[in-house]
Amino acid sequence: MKLRVCHLYPEHLNIYADRGNMAVLTHRCEWRGISCRIDGCGPGDPLPEADLYYLGGGQDRDQRLIAPDLLLRAGDLAAAVAGGAAVLGVCGGYQLLGHVYRGHQGDEMPGIGLVDLETTAGPTRMIGNVVLRCELEPGRRRTLVGFENHAGRTRLGRGLSPLGQVVHGHGNNGEDGGEGVRDGRVVGTYVHGPLLPKNPWLADWLIQTALEHRKGHVELEPLDDTLEREAQRVAEALAAR
Amino acid sequence: MLFTAKLAAARATATATRLSRAGGGTTLPGKLLLRMEPDAIGRLAGRLTSTTVISATNGKTTTAKMAAAVLEADGRRLCRNAGGANLTSGVASALLAAGRGEEGLFEVDEAALPAVVDALRPGQLVLGNLFRDQLDRYGELELIGDRWRSMVSAPGFGATVIHNVDDPLVASIGAAAPAAITFGLEDDGAARTTMQHAADSKWCPRCGTRLVYEAVYLGHLGRWRCPACRLERPRPEVRATAVRADGLEATEFRLELPRGDVDVRLPIPGLYNVYNALAAAAACVAHGVSPAVIGGGLERFSAAFGRFERITLSGRPAVLLLVKNPAGTNEVIRTLAADARPKTLLLALNDRIADGRDVSWIWDVDFEELVEQVDSVVATGTRAAEMALRLKYAGVSPARIAVEPQLGHALDALGGEDDAPAYLLATYTAMLDLRGLLEQRGLVRPYWEAA
Repeated sequence: MKLRVCHLYPEHLNIYADRGNMAVLTHRCEWRGISCRIDGCGPGDPLPEADLYYLGGGQDRDQRLIAPDLLLRAGDLAAAVAGGAAVLGVCGGYQLLGHVYRGHQGDEMPGIGLVDLETTAGPTRMIGNVVLRCELEPGRRRTLVGFENHAGRTRLGRGLSPLGQVVHGHGNNGEDGGEGVRDGRVVGTYVHGPLLPKNPWLADWLIQTALEHRKGHVELEPLDDTLEREAQRVAEALAAR
Repeated sequence: MLFTAKLAAARATATATRLSRAGGGTTLPGKLLLRMEPDAIGRLAGRLTSTTVISATNGKTTTAKMAAAVLEADGRRLCRNAGGANLTSGVASALLAAGRGEEGLFEVDEAALPAVVDALRPGQLVLGNLFRDQLDRYGELELIGDRWRSMVSAPGFGATVIHNVDDPLVASIGAAAPAAITFGLEDDGAARTTMQHAADSKWCPRCGTRLVYEAVYLGHLGRWRCPACRLERPRPEVRATAVRADGLEATEFRLELPRGDVDVRLPIPGLYNVYNALAAAAACVAHGVSPAVIGGGLERFSAAFGRFERITLSGRPAVLLLVKNPAGTNEVIRTLAADARPKTLLLALNDRIADGRDVSWIWDVDFEELVEQVDSVVATGTRAAEMALRLKYAGVSPARIAVEPQLGHALDALGGEDDAPAYLLATYTAMLDLRGLLEQRGLVRPYWEAA
């Protein structure tokens, strides 16, 4: 079995240790005998065929630099998702999955509209530890931990579910108690830290969802997550202090 | 209250702090003074014969200590914030202790720099480098760069800007200053073949095109040029050539100065310390110090607290290394990896405000480069488990990793049988706590004395 990951704009969108997310996907596949190939895709490069597309966060300037290139790929990405591929967007990458990002000076940066959400810059940054309660499948409640640092206030379209409910932290906009978005096989979130090392269940959910795109039902072998669980427990306790 | 009475009150606080052993009195007295007299820094600075300010993401404390070694060898008396308290309160505290005829030499936090420069009006301003650092506290790199640029191009700014032209962003800021002295490395032997993951400032500061590097020395520092707008790194006036590492003992290089060259054996490893030495040397060139005195001062320099500080831990040699961001930690790792012997490590990761609450940065550090050499690791600090997790994903077997959140337990877990040195890497507050424990055990002096 093989997981094909496309890391979009790794040179531009990598500000919050997005490499950690790639390392977790690679190792958790390899430890199970699944090979994992990560292809970077920069501005102007052909879009690789993949099971999982990853879009990280960047400095404002870098995000402005890649935004026009990303717009040209909106149709291809929508087609990939319709064909069963999964998508993970983090921080700036999450915002770009939506319709638009409105900056402080009223400037507008269009996103690819893959998910029905939009973001408006607020007067202050929302910074700190985050704890979420998630339930991606009915009855399977999970904890997600990490760190957020964003000025954008994101609002989801009617009928869309957040990735989780905020226990500690600000979440999408500091008001409605939701954080991130989950729309079928597309996940977006402000949580970094990076996202996947301390939340191995989400890493495995993404791996499984992405693999099932071509393989039908896939069962992943369980791994020894002692350290992962301990890091998550500590992060949850520190967020509550 | 008269200014002199306010000074006396603030000085009394410093004495009380030291007597109660609550700390070195490196911050609180200045904080009180600034509350009573917001203009205190400007008024006190007028008593100094000249003032030099040093800022950078990495290397401020070491550069200041190197410059002090040279200037003192040149017979000058200095007023310094040697304890590493580098915000306005730290500078004000140091100024409280200033005597007549002294020269000011201050390291200043990169975010606090514009305000401190505005109050101090230094004659020399050293700008070392700008790396990605604690995004939760400082914001993005570009923001700091923009503030520095506005500072040096403001009307009335009168300092000579001594700056590192190997850093494209710093070079472009220095070029905007009315007067400048440039420094940089000129040694293809020291160059890396590829850019590290944590490299930040890869884009042309003028037109945004991706820069081309003829040599990459450290992070995004190197010999760069823009293929589109033709902006390029100028040849530095103060240069290091023929750099050679003598294991983890010392670094030798030829220091080329406008008034002549001198061979230097710097008693500390790491290419990043060659950059610190260049910054210090260029600052001393601005003071008119001769090449021989600059070379001699650098050779007699001893490491600042927690910056390759050597101690003995229950009979075994150990080295204390402060780590705080990907670029600096990568250079520490690259330096350690050059000595291929098996290593015992203690990695202390805290997430207090001074460390940065966001510990994401450890995932941008190339711990992978050390994996082959790791014999055993003790992960400690408030985020010990997270540190251990990072090493697991770098390829260290969990069987070799012990998780001991309490620093004291972690020190004990290191064991003391071995002749091979233990390397203790710690974030800022973890380093202070670690030194506190070592001090109780009689192994180091308090940081405000050791500095």
